[in-house]
Amino acid sequence: MAELSPATVLAELKKNGATHVVWLPDSETNFLYVLMSEEPSLDLVPVSREGHAFSTAAGLAAGGKKPVILIQNTGMMESGDSLRGWGLGMNVPVVMMVGYRGWTRHGVINDTAAFYTERFLHAFNINYYLVESDEDADRISIAFAEAEREKRPVAVLVGDEYHGFNVSR
Amino acid sequence: MMKTAEMLDIFNKHRGDAVVIPGRGGRFWVELSDQPDRDLPLGDPAMGGHASFALGLALALPDQRVVLFDSEGDVLMGMGALPTIAEKAPANLYHFMLDNGVYATTGGQPVPNAEQMEYDVVAQGCGYPATYAIDNLEDFASQIEEILNRPGPVFVALKIDPEIINEPINARPQWQRKTRNQAVADMQAELGIERPA
Repeated sequence: MAELSPATVLAELKKNGATHVVWLPDSETNFLYVLMSEEPSLDLVPVSREGHAFSTAAGLAAGGKKPVILIQNTGMMESGDSLRGWGLGMNVPVVMMVGYRGWTRHGVINDTAAFYTERFLHAFNINYYLVESDEDADRISIAFAEAEREKRPVAVLVGDEYHGFNVSR
Repeated sequence: MMKTAEMLDIFNKHRGDAVVIPGRGGRFWVELSDQPDRDLPLGDPAMGGHASFALGLALALPDQRVVLFDSEGDVLMGMGALPTIAEKAPANLYHFMLDNGVYATTGGQPVPNAEQMEYDVVAQGCGYPATYAIDNLEDFASQIEEILNRPGPVFVALKIDPEIINEPINARPQWQRKTRNQAVADMQAELGIERPA
């Protein structure tokens, strides 16, 4: 099966002018972290709780920067009030790249993190795009454009946890 | 113990052209500030997030001094922000924290372990290069210039009087003079901030 390359994701972030990556590590994004940390145009802001990502992004955006949030679906769900108050309430045009833990394309879901992910996004009226492989990567640019146009967070669900996104190559 | 308004009045004399996020001191600050376009009186978008917001703003505006008046309830809820601030170490961030020992806007219930907490020690342990604990106006007045002349991030725990609000939210006086988004837009216009392409 086709895979989502960390280099492709990084290229999308650069193409769309991201200035800061506000992130908390997850199993989907370790190799992306290695690439990002070597990229001089990106400033990495590590948070210890995903809710901080939305308030940090709000501050960066208020100051004229273009942050992107990189978290896992579990942390996104823990961040509900921060997403509401800081992300949506402050009209922050930010792309949140969300590791879709537990997602499978055949629909047999054994992980409640995956079961509730899209339901959570629907509840907060957050639009989202699923990215599974390099062929889907242009959806990241679509998300950036939508966030900017609508002045609100837009999610990109990274549905490649078990297919090599974390593998160096 | 200090009255928040009296403490802010002293700070205002030393503010310079700092961008000020007054946090839960906002209702007092809007009566004092003579540079409202450099103020971000956001109220309470979501509890626990002010420090992270201030961090993001300070990182985005390295040439501007950013001053936050946080609260101990917010810090307790968002304590994990402190190591991130210490790691990123914005030299332009001044993190004041109002500690009245209670959740004043919900009727004055004590915060956890209110009598024992040493927030300056917590901040120091998280890696802030400079921390202060001040519990009276005289010391605040004598130290504020030194604090603001240090490179940040600086953390300052301030013991203040509880000024408890015990009215339903919808019955409280509305002290905010503009919306959050208008406050941000005014600050951006004042500082000439444009969004990146």
